[in-house]
Amino acid sequence: MSAGTTDSSMRVTLKVWRQAGPDAPGRMVTYHLADVSPDMSFLEMLDVLNERLVEEGQEPVAFDHDCREGICGACSLVIDGQAHGPEDQTTVCQLHMRHYHDGATIQVEPWRANAFPIVRDLICDRSAFDRIIAAGGFVSTHAGAAPDANAMPIAKDTAELAMDAAACIGCGACVAACPNAAAMLFTAAKVSHLALLPQGQAERHRRVVAMVEAMDAEGFGNCTNHYECMAACPKGIHVDHIARMNREYLGASLLSRDLG
Amino acid sequence: MTDMLDAKAPGGPIETRWDRHRFDLKLVNPANKRKFHVLVVGTGLAGASAASTLAELGYAVTVFCIQDSPRRAHSIAAQGGINAAKNYPNDGDSVYRLFYDTVKGGDFRSRESNVYRLAQVSNHIIDQCAAQGVPFAREYGGVLANRSFGGAQVSRTFYARGQTGQQLLLGAYSAMMRQVGAGRVKLHARREMLDVVLVDGVARGVVCRNLTTGACERYAGDAVVLCTGGYGNVFYLSTNAKACNVTAAWRAHKRGAFFANPCYTQIHPTCIPVSGAYQSKLTLMSESLRNDGRVWVPKRKNDSRRPADIPDEERDYYLERRYPSFGNLVPRDVASRAAKERCDAGFGVGATGLAVYLDFRDAIRRDGEGTIRGKYGNLFQMYEKITAEDPYREPMRIFPAVHYTMGGLWVDYNLESTVPGLFVLGEANFSDHGANRLGASALMQGLADGYFVLPYTIGQHFAGRSLPKVATDDADFAAAEKSALERTDRILAVRGRRSVESFHRALGRVMWDDCGMARSAGGLEHAIERIQELRAEFWENVRITGDADALNQDLEHAGRVADFLEFAELLAVDALHRSESCGGHFREESQTEEGEARRRDDEFSYVGAWEFRGVGEASTLHKEPLSFEYVKPTQRSYK
Repeated sequence: MSAGTTDSSMRVTLKVWRQAGPDAPGRMVTYHLADVSPDMSFLEMLDVLNERLVEEGQEPVAFDHDCREGICGACSLVIDGQAHGPEDQTTVCQLHMRHYHDGATIQVEPWRANAFPIVRDLICDRSAFDRIIAAGGFVSTHAGAAPDANAMPIAKDTAELAMDAAACIGCGACVAACPNAAAMLFTAAKVSHLALLPQGQAERHRRVVAMVEAMDAEGFGNCTNHYECMAACPKGIHVDHIARMNREYLGASLLSRDLG
Repeated sequence: MTDMLDAKAPGGPIETRWDRHRFDLKLVNPANKRKFHVLVVGTGLAGASAASTLAELGYAVTVFCIQDSPRRAHSIAAQGGINAAKNYPNDGDSVYRLFYDTVKGGDFRSRESNVYRLAQVSNHIIDQCAAQGVPFAREYGGVLANRSFGGAQVSRTFYARGQTGQQLLLGAYSAMMRQVGAGRVKLHARREMLDVVLVDGVARGVVCRNLTTGACERYAGDAVVLCTGGYGNVFYLSTNAKACNVTAAWRAHKRGAFFANPCYTQIHPTCIPVSGAYQSKLTLMSESLRNDGRVWVPKRKNDSRRPADIPDEERDYYLERRYPSFGNLVPRDVASRAAKERCDAGFGVGATGLAVYLDFRDAIRRDGEGTIRGKYGNLFQMYEKITAEDPYREPMRIFPAVHYTMGGLWVDYNLESTVPGLFVLGEANFSDHGANRLGASALMQGLADGYFVLPYTIGQHFAGRSLPKVATDDADFAAAEKSALERTDRILAVRGRRSVESFHRALGRVMWDDCGMARSAGGLEHAIERIQELRAEFWENVRITGDADALNQDLEHAGRVADFLEFAELLAVDALHRSESCGGHFREESQTEEGEARRRDDEFSYVGAWEFRGVGEASTLHKEPLSFEYVKPTQRSYK
């Protein structure tokens, strides 16, 4: 494609993980791209590669993506060993090629964790996250039962802190970045969001126990305080939430006799 | 007349229509609810809220989503907020005012009964979301914060930072996942609906592609609920997510669901301009920026000075000039057309000349950089990430982009399409926004449909119709699966030379040039010809690699583009037949001397609902006449 070339167009060498299916062997495959515009996003650069592959009769590289504005959490690439690549608090779809130099060699791999099995190429199965939420990441209310929204005042600071935790996009970078492939930051973000708010109090103990059990059942590792999760998180979710979840869990465990 | 559609909207005083209608609707005995099985396609705000609420009521629900997780539906990308008539700020809002503003904002092309109901349930939505733990913005006293949005004269918009859609969706998703955990909702992710199955004329099932394995799957139920979003990606470049498509709606249309007002598309005025031909999507900058930003272009053509070097008297603040009373806060369609007008006249800025400035200089001087950072920090950061320019120092460059589609499958007051048992919710239906949607109203409509409308109206279908048992090995299911598989095989068999992506891009170009912000008979006729040519070429020359029986994103995309190539023609035909200007639909032949849109109520005060007659065959137009008993139609004026 001769598109959008500028004076500063770049050449890059990509080494991309290709794997035909969950049980197929995978390998790194090298591709050379000329005419990469610094204004392209990383995913647009992969689009250009894929369009070329199709024209050459080769199968394009499969990768998850959707909103391309950093909010849906679909994109999930490990770039040169870093989940979502080198930019701070940035998903791959918001990473632009201007952060690379002409002639760069870039390695692209999927999330790697036992609980996120590879589906194909750079796509993995993150449904374990949905099951953790299904175990308790909600307030049990039903449509029609709610009191007036202002009947329950919530201090601004509390609401802001809950929002900080609720900002999680469920991408799984925390798991990909963790040497133990732990899902603590993801789980803690939801536990923390709801534990901070008055709406979440009624099920507070049951929730944390159920979610932590679900997390363990999915085969995620344990937290050993590396904080790589926080460094990789595109939404800047803080490890303080893990500390809060641990406190919640301890408190709930002491009360476990009361849990039905 | 057989040509008229029955909306089943109740008459009488508008304030009590929904209450009376709810009373008249049949109820399903609580013990019987679990015997009815609802198939919900899509898990955005409409789908997730419908699935969770139906399960709470006791129905058996199966839900499908195209992404790997229901939490990723495109509702998640909505930034600005959600409207409700709470009147918490005590500034004169009411259900009636929200109703009035929405009918007027929709340029008198929506159904009054529906819009009034939407305004009524808006307040319950906020209560419901707050109860779920949605972290709305709050005042220091702990009450919910509101802001004015999209030109509304009252502050009725609730928000959660710049991530309102995300937080509302996560609320609906968590409610649905609770039901998944309880076994009352069955969830199938990475599925794409390829057909609706009709048995004796009633929607009784769907056929899906399992996107992971490539397998075709059949599901049977007692009702089908489509919550599959809008068709903005027919323009290729839009603010929609990449997976947004018309496939589910289009295939339902081919099975008998009428498609209403496809020409009503919303072009959002504040998006980051295109930077190159590789561009894969456009990013919206929230409309809230127009509360403090001033829109301008240089008074001199091709002025290549840096914006900061252009003195005030050489700047044309064209929105303030043309619309002194609303200024920078005119509705989206008006702001978009005004930007296009300036750029077409040669005053556009940036490398392509297809951009205008959105300048915060005066707001920063007035309120200080800290205040502006507090209000818009995340948006400024997003802009800087994409453009590598600092909007605190340089004005943003913005240009309109396709954002939302008001048209969709025709539904009656019960949200039921012309196919019995097929309900359509959210952006996928045509119902509440008329010819133009107001800011912060999409989230409201999606959740209204799912939490508070469908759960009542679907009972009428179950209690009022006889629904004999069906099974997935019935002939109708086999036939639907066969036709879905044949279409896939046909695409793979072309073995041409041109990529799907390039067809999609070419289609988008045609649509943007001739069916975009301004449309003319000549342009639309040209578009129809080009669409037909592109469609013919697609079936002769598209190249797909890989097979049908595995994950194949290229093949998925091909199926969607094939449907867009059919749907696009209907959009253009609808735009051609509607030779008036209204809302987001601007016909060059129908404008005032000052270049403003001229609506023609005598001829076009109706919903245009199209019946499918075959690909390449002329569709049949059915009309639902619109009457306005409460809000008197006037030409909108924002001067």
